[in-house]
Amino acid sequence: MTQMTNSSTTPYTRRTKDELARRVAQDIFDGAVVNLGIGQPTLVANHLPPGREIILHSENGILGMGPAPAAGDEDFDLINAGKQPVTLLPGGAYFHHADSFAMMRGGHLDICVLGAFQVSATGDLANWHTGEPGAIPAVGGAMDLATGAKQTWVMMDLLTKKGESKLVRQCSYPLTGIGCVKRVYSDIATLECTPQGLKLVDTVEGLTREQLEALIGLPVAA
Amino acid sequence: MIDKIASSVADALAGVRDGATVLIGGFGTAGIPGELIDGLIAQGARDLTVVNNNAGNGDTGLAALLEAGRVRKIICSFPRQADSHVFDALYRSGKLELELVPQGNLAERIRAAGAGIGAFFCPTGFGTELAGQRETREIDGRQYVLEYPIHGDVALIKAERGDRWGNLTYRKAARNFGPVMAMAAKKTIATVHEIAELGTLDPENIVTPGIFVHRLVRIDRVATQAGGFARKAA
Repeated sequence: MTQMTNSSTTPYTRRTKDELARRVAQDIFDGAVVNLGIGQPTLVANHLPPGREIILHSENGILGMGPAPAAGDEDFDLINAGKQPVTLLPGGAYFHHADSFAMMRGGHLDICVLGAFQVSATGDLANWHTGEPGAIPAVGGAMDLATGAKQTWVMMDLLTKKGESKLVRQCSYPLTGIGCVKRVYSDIATLECTPQGLKLVDTVEGLTREQLEALIGLPVAA
Repeated sequence: MIDKIASSVADALAGVRDGATVLIGGFGTAGIPGELIDGLIAQGARDLTVVNNNAGNGDTGLAALLEAGRVRKIICSFPRQADSHVFDALYRSGKLELELVPQGNLAERIRAAGAGIGAFFCPTGFGTELAGQRETREIDGRQYVLEYPIHGDVALIKAERGDRWGNLTYRKAARNFGPVMAMAAKKTIATVHEIAELGTLDPENIVTPGIFVHRLVRIDRVATQAGGFARKAA
């Protein structure tokens, strides 16, 4: 854990990336079918609570995705959305791309966990494009996942490196989806996005709801 | 007698015309019909529109087709990659048009073409830049965007086993776009690692029925020590 000092000089402890992944994993229920986005959300797979049977979906046509193979056992016909070699668990299945995305769009996927540039208080998501001139856009499956999964969760640091809040009243980056994010799991707090705005789930030790509101500049209902 | 087996990649690719829309299967290292892409470079067709999930990696395969100046437009979901330098340079210099499509819309628009659907309303991308100026509609309280099919003149796909009727099976996540692309093109060309005697593929396990396939070419397999597919096989 890293000790931080906020504007009111009260110390609080940020969740490390693994602690954050563990926090997300705690809320994934037994029997859930889950898609973990590329990057930080992939870490959640390492922290799934024992005793729960959770099926991982990969957009390129895998249900029941398992961990990385041992060195030398890689099979480049069996990769995840991040193009890394993976394995298939007993009970797993392969299918084509249109079926894979029907699983998302058709509301068959229980949870997807995505990274984000920005999330609005009412759950708008921006995570595919910075919109900067010269930036090459790439969307992949982000819009399909965000719009289609029964629950879209975001996993991110709450503040940028410059200290600006990534939770905002209105996204300034191009949108991925409107009102699609249900929960934001961050390094210092977990919040729900609702049509009425943000609602607190938890904060890290040493951080009060009022201090959180001051950090992000938005009201957070208790 | 029906015999869709071509004697060579060049034979299979004969007749691809300038200006064609070419659907190319594959996702990451899996399911990329590398031999057919190399064959298309040798065949010489230009002014192509290419449909693929990505926009080429490194300097081989699709990246080499782009570098050879054969492609006018690419329709894909994820062009930007650590090693997409060929695409990046062509795009930035305005020599290559990009139509960016959410991955599920890409798959479903291709499937729709194969299934004879004129257009469909899809929730993905509503309210975003990628919905463009297309018609929207509220259905049962949810917002949708009108999406049009993507038809191919040619589809290049990589399968695992096939027979002379064009029936195909795939291997693991190399299936990806193959089955929907096979449906959506006027001429579908598939590579396989094994040509099976007619009647020996288990009919319960045929993923792409031969009706969607026009030409088959057998190619060698490049496998890792563990039996899995080697990266260079892509």
